[in-house]
Amino acid sequence: MTALDDAVLGDRQRLSYIASQAADARLNVELETEGMTLNIGPQHPATHGTLRIIARLDGEQVVWAEPSCGYMHRGYEKLTEVRTYPQVTTLVNRIDWLGSFANEVPFILAAEKLMGVEAPPRAQWIRTILFELSRVANVSLFLGDLGVQLGAITPVFLAFRDREYVLNLIESATGGRFHPNFDRIGGLKDDLPAGWIAETKQVMRKMRNFCDEIESLLFGNEIFQSRTRGIGVIPRDVAMQYGLSGANLRASGVDWDLRRDQDSPMAWNKVSWKVHTHPDGDSFARCWVRLQETREATLIVDQLLDGIPSGPVMAKVPKIIKVPEGEAWVSTENPLGEMGYYVVSRGDIGPFRVKIRSASFNNISIVPWALRGVYVPDIITILASLYFILGDIDR
Amino acid sequence: MSALAIEIPYWGQSLLRVLGGLVAVLLPAGTIVYVFLFKMMSFMQSRLGPMEAGPYGSLQLVAEVGKWLQKEDIVPTNADRRIFRMAPIVVLVSTFLLVAVVPFGPDAWFTDFETGIFYALAVSSVSVLGILMAGWASANKYSLLGGLRAAGQLIAYELPMVLAVVGVVIQAGTMNLQQIVVAQNSGSIFGFDGLGNPYVLTQFVGFLVFMVAMQAELSQAPFDMPIAESELVSGYMTEYSGFRFLIFFIGEFATAGVFAMIASTLFLGGWGLPFAWFGWDSVDSVANWMNVAGPVIVVTKMMAVTFLVMWVRFSSPRLREDQLQRFAWKVLIPLSLANIMVTAVFKVVA
Amino acid sequence: MGLRLSSPAEPPVDAARDAMVAEVRAVLGAAVLDSLVKPGDDAWIRVSTGAWRQTLQSLRTVLGFHYFCFLSAIDWMPSPFGRGEDDPTQPAPERDATIRPGYCGGDTRMQVFARVVNPVTHAAITVKADVPDDTMTVDSVADVYEGANWHEREAHEMFGISFAGHPDLRNMYLPSDFEGHPLRKDFPLLARMVKPWPGIVDVEPLPGGGEGDES
Repeated sequence: MTALDDAVLGDRQRLSYIASQAADARLNVELETEGMTLNIGPQHPATHGTLRIIARLDGEQVVWAEPSCGYMHRGYEKLTEVRTYPQVTTLVNRIDWLGSFANEVPFILAAEKLMGVEAPPRAQWIRTILFELSRVANVSLFLGDLGVQLGAITPVFLAFRDREYVLNLIESATGGRFHPNFDRIGGLKDDLPAGWIAETKQVMRKMRNFCDEIESLLFGNEIFQSRTRGIGVIPRDVAMQYGLSGANLRASGVDWDLRRDQDSPMAWNKVSWKVHTHPDGDSFARCWVRLQETREATLIVDQLLDGIPSGPVMAKVPKIIKVPEGEAWVSTENPLGEMGYYVVSRGDIGPFRVKIRSASFNNISIVPWALRGVYVPDIITILASLYFILGDIDR
Repeated sequence: MSALAIEIPYWGQSLLRVLGGLVAVLLPAGTIVYVFLFKMMSFMQSRLGPMEAGPYGSLQLVAEVGKWLQKEDIVPTNADRRIFRMAPIVVLVSTFLLVAVVPFGPDAWFTDFETGIFYALAVSSVSVLGILMAGWASANKYSLLGGLRAAGQLIAYELPMVLAVVGVVIQAGTMNLQQIVVAQNSGSIFGFDGLGNPYVLTQFVGFLVFMVAMQAELSQAPFDMPIAESELVSGYMTEYSGFRFLIFFIGEFATAGVFAMIASTLFLGGWGLPFAWFGWDSVDSVANWMNVAGPVIVVTKMMAVTFLVMWVRFSSPRLREDQLQRFAWKVLIPLSLANIMVTAVFKVVA
Repeated sequence: MGLRLSSPAEPPVDAARDAMVAEVRAVLGAAVLDSLVKPGDDAWIRVSTGAWRQTLQSLRTVLGFHYFCFLSAIDWMPSPFGRGEDDPTQPAPERDATIRPGYCGGDTRMQVFARVVNPVTHAAITVKADVPDDTMTVDSVADVYEGANWHEREAHEMFGISFAGHPDLRNMYLPSDFEGHPLRKDFPLLARMVKPWPGIVDVEPLPGGGEGDES
């Protein structure tokens, strides 16, 4: 600036000189590929909503990445403190919005546990059926969306087509396609409609066909395999430290499924089914485990449909529900992973504190660890295979 | 054009050529969009596709164009305005330059270039410039990444494409596309001339390499990383809207059409039918009606080739950039080099 | 482990959980202030604030609780705003403000608690520790369980608890200049303050239960 003497340059010229220098400097900083910061999201096709991932890139390689959430934080933990117990299901429905019914179940179970009531067997079986149906609806969309994330556009249409059948089933049983709000403390709102069982069996056959279709269309595809195998490997001990759950944990070789390994009033232990694990821990393993679980879920539903016990769907509970003082933790194996509620009651009509342990929050907390050193396209693969739902992260 | 009975002044010929070029670029583009992008993709995905605009949605593209034309032409604040605006035109221009050498009949051609295929391969890289310009000028990181990916990819796949064409050139003994067509249709395979000698049979490896390289040149899935809507939003096209996006869109499918025409010219016999069917022996003896039938034949073959391109596009996921490069350098280039060697040996021996 | 509900066949003692808690007590010694086992349900221990990090360290390395489930905090102070159902035009009613701790007791307003699981036996335990009212600080366990990193960040912004030794206590959800800690009981839920809550009358008749059913 010493050469720029006030006498030589007028004010306007000097300003424009500084401005052009500043613009160049900014352009150099912004467009430098070495050490470029890439904002993926909040609005980005790969983030299923409004997750933002800040990635520091060297060329196309990620040096450092950090998810930034909160664009969808709705404060459910605070809101539960001013709701009554039956009203809370309306809130928690919207945590994982693709598998809503599964969100209601652990909360209702926790409240029932504190109250010492148990839903009649028929209600438990129907709960389990609906729970697994929401898993099928949720994960089938994942399987279709997986293709889109990796550039194959066809699977997602098949997924939307076939998920529709499942949503119709959920709608005809509960009245709500996305947010059933059907679970009650002590049972269920209603019994199943007539003809539902036969229809469900048919749909489960369709979903198994869908799984076969996706397996041959996507999982058998060499490009898909080369894009997912060995990408985003999460070893067993890291997965457990981060509290990964569901298919993400089982894909790292941990044989742990809350449906099987936990005594629960639900009907899972009344039928025979298999927990799938995969030793690799990579993106392919996570997707593969989810595919197998979808198929397994349809088999569970099929078996449960054959043996629904008769009886009422609602236990005797007081009209105004007051939950005795105490603390309870209930978690279930939701489509996304372990979903749990730590409910603290003070003997009131509403909870004193509810800690919502959602699966995606833990699952996505591994992202900074998992994204280091991968390429930009692999960010998408890893995010897709970890499978999160925004509402489930932010709550 | 002189073979047509009427004498046309030079300016008239030029005008006809320009109109012909427009038709030769836009008609295939529109057909490809409707038949493949709208309908074939929908049927593959168990849905109907557009059904409202016109019978079976046939006017959907017109509706889309109308929509795009109405949209605001947004230029981002930080963008390099002039280059940003120029980029789509550069891309489209390369398509028009490309179609200039495609022969449509014994006398229906725009230019009868002695080194036609050489020119075509050179000019096809002009679109890279446009894409790089778009990627850089958008002042958007996704666009920049997309533009750079496009540049890397198109340059990597230019080489196997050139090498695949070399086989054809050796076999035909000429770089003139018109003569390549004639050589295929008047040739014979081991004395059997019922099919002529379409190089898709004798240059099958070359054809495969050419198709793969073409898929990459056109950045269609599984090589659509420059666009990669789930990673880079839309790559170099992210910031474009309205009319300029339309130009990119038309450019994409028009280029697909023109490349398919070149592929059919090089490997499927172009505008010709096997000359033996009609007893022709050289291009001069070809009947005049082939000037009318030729374009139809070229478009038919073009649709067949585009079908292959689109079929792959709609059914495969996307490769990663490094996998794509590895595939080009480790598989396609050695393969095409081997093909050239074998072709050369046969040429010398036979 | 497990959660069989009020099953009549359930024995009143839970040998597995009792043994687990005894083992934990043996390892941790005097750090364990209190413990509770609800047969067939769950197990809780409360440790002193100073032993919080050491406890989780031992649980992970010595006792094999490798799986980190969650970490959070509780504000035991009753809300001064009740259930947010007050008429904003009337003066606020008197409320009992005594702080009563939950299971395993506690001496402070805030408590942190974490749940860890043994992936082999599937035994789980909930560990609680008091947060001193004056410093509002406990040790971070983010280096014991990597996954605790985000949970501590969340607890930090929601409750205002500091975690000593945490690498990066940025806000996760709220803007960085947000004032207050939303999950503290004295943080008002403003939407409830400005307008009476319409859900007060939202009591639907239960299926099966008659109108006058008061069981």
